[in-house]
Amino acid sequence: MSIFIDKNTRLIVQGITGRDGSFHAEQMKKYGTNVVGGVTPGKGGSKVAGIQVFNTMEEAVSKTIANTSVIYVPPAFAADSIYEAVDSGIKLVVCITEGIPANDMMKVYAFVKERGARLIGPNCPGLITPGESKVGIMPGSIVKKGGVGVVSRSGTLTYESIWALTLAGIGQSTCIGIGGDQIIGTNFVDCLDAFNKDSATKAIVMIGEIGGSDEEEAAAFIKKHVRKPVIGFIAGQTAPADKRMGHAGAIISGSSGTAADKIAALEKVGVPVAGSPTEIPSFVKQMLRGGKIKKVAVSVTSHSKTKANVTKTRKVTSSSSNFSSPVKKAAKGKSR
Amino acid sequence: MKIHEYQAKVIFAKVGIPVPAGEIATDSVQVRTIAQKYNKPVMVKAQVHVGGRGKAGGIKFAETPEAAQVLAQKILGMNIKGLVVKKVLVTSAEDILSEAYVGIILDRATKTPVILVSSAGGIDIEEVAAKTPHKIHKLSVDPVEGLKVFQARNLAYKLYKEISQVRETTEIIMKLYKLFWELDASLVEINPLITSNAGKVIALDAKINLDDNGLFRHPEIEAMRDLDSEEPSEVEARQGGLSFVKLSGNIGCIVNGAGLAMATMDLVKRYGGDPANFLDIGGSSNPQKVVTAIKIILEDPKVRAILINIFGGITRCDDVANGIVTAINELKPSVPIVVRLTGTNEEKAHKILRAVNLPFGETLDEVVKKAIDLAGIAA
Repeated sequence: MSIFIDKNTRLIVQGITGRDGSFHAEQMKKYGTNVVGGVTPGKGGSKVAGIQVFNTMEEAVSKTIANTSVIYVPPAFAADSIYEAVDSGIKLVVCITEGIPANDMMKVYAFVKERGARLIGPNCPGLITPGESKVGIMPGSIVKKGGVGVVSRSGTLTYESIWALTLAGIGQSTCIGIGGDQIIGTNFVDCLDAFNKDSATKAIVMIGEIGGSDEEEAAAFIKKHVRKPVIGFIAGQTAPADKRMGHAGAIISGSSGTAADKIAALEKVGVPVAGSPTEIPSFVKQMLRGGKIKKVAVSVTSHSKTKANVTKTRKVTSSSSNFSSPVKKAAKGKSR
Repeated sequence: MKIHEYQAKVIFAKVGIPVPAGEIATDSVQVRTIAQKYNKPVMVKAQVHVGGRGKAGGIKFAETPEAAQVLAQKILGMNIKGLVVKKVLVTSAEDILSEAYVGIILDRATKTPVILVSSAGGIDIEEVAAKTPHKIHKLSVDPVEGLKVFQARNLAYKLYKEISQVRETTEIIMKLYKLFWELDASLVEINPLITSNAGKVIALDAKINLDDNGLFRHPEIEAMRDLDSEEPSEVEARQGGLSFVKLSGNIGCIVNGAGLAMATMDLVKRYGGDPANFLDIGGSSNPQKVVTAIKIILEDPKVRAILINIFGGITRCDDVANGIVTAINELKPSVPIVVRLTGTNEEKAHKILRAVNLPFGETLDEVVKKAIDLAGIAA
């Protein structure tokens, strides 16, 4: 089992003839996703990586019986693409596009909800069910089939965390990036609910960041409904207030949306929050064993103002690191 | 993006939201001339993109043009929360009978615009929300249907009893909502909305924040951007297609992806270091972006080490490696660069780095510690 996508996913790629759309259509197909068609108005009848291109979603869906779409369309036109997908009867729309105006998204969200469809994103990396289907831009090589559900507001931070799990031998049921924008179609609570009901998922990793109150709402939901171990990570502890940290949604407004608040909310409901993405796997293992998390004291390698300390720090770091021997390589790179 | 009060007031005036007469000045003589023209007491208001200008002494009342000039001398050049005041708005001073608050925000939880009104105006609305939440009235507006007049009137009745004031406020709220929507704003705010001695409802202040994602539809707003009031390195980064926020530490960070960039900064802090910036090179792998990124970071004299952390997905590690090599050749940095490139094409990238003898690390924790270590030695 998995959530949202699996072997039965029949995917249409909207914006398939664009630079990103064509590249990722091929990547998804290579991974094993059942890509049944693509849409670019004016390019109907052509093919991209052997995938049939249609002019409209209406035509594409009627000819392919697709049930899912993924959008790689520039921000000025992406909202229209979501309307088109939902109107054609698609029930799961994944929007990768970054930079869609929030006002457009408020209207889109209302429409999607009214039609009973699910939107993932925008401004997200999509999702992947290892060994079955990948929709979006996540690198297929970093995942491994298993029992951990991963949900995150980020892209590359998600990859970092998934890769840490995979390196530690911990596989994933589904990994999903819900997007870094202020208005997103699917939030933490939706994913936690789905993972909680999914028999293949034994534990959940939730990666949040500053801005908004989704993590706090997730904490309340976990307390009420989730009976599986949940492990958290929150990015942005060093972010200043009122500055947008890349993602449109990653902004501390006044005094709300801070990392400290989110960490406190999660810890209060028994969700341990890892201090580094590389700490996540050991937290998962400990939680799956039913144990409590033992917090490891951080060895601060801070440069101190006194000379003696500097030398000491240097010694410690250089002896514990194989930094100067880049030739020594793990085999991980080869799989990619 | 933020615009100044005086710019927001021009927009208000254009759509018919009443604001006091006012003009912008960059020196104190101009201030006196403007005050003489009004022939009545004026307010001199610092134009900087921070809240709490009044508390910081950036907003003053002047009885006479001479007093206005003296006050302007003090305010111009004043440093408010790190920003230097370069412009002041001179407005005719109004008699204030009551102060209220009206604001429209983009509410993430309900995914709708939310209108907030409060009869407790003139002070920080967050403070009102925290201390006396019952004084704030909220309305979530259906984004598809838009705001109905009766809804605006209901809100106006929360503020005033006098029918003429209710009517004027209803108009103001309708116009404000229209602005919020048409400008792709993330916030529009009047604090305070006042009633004058004559019973008129006037917007004494004006604030408009724009959704950066909507700016492409509003070149006229983009033209209002005050480059003077922004960190020069942040302007340069934006023009180079980078997402950058300057901080005060000494370890420059270059990362792909906003979440990973924040997590990298957090780790720097966790291991006892201090990040100099947030920098996301984005999803593309244009080597020139890496060069620009390194250049911007090197311009900060505090920086003692640069940490580059890339997890290649769409971003190709070999492209980033090429960018690093070009930057080193062109810029000849005097601070150490610590690199970690993992993911797509990492083997190729490592080959490129080895050819120029640039060491690199394998794990995130390892490179962060290394950068802190090197920064300590360089300092």
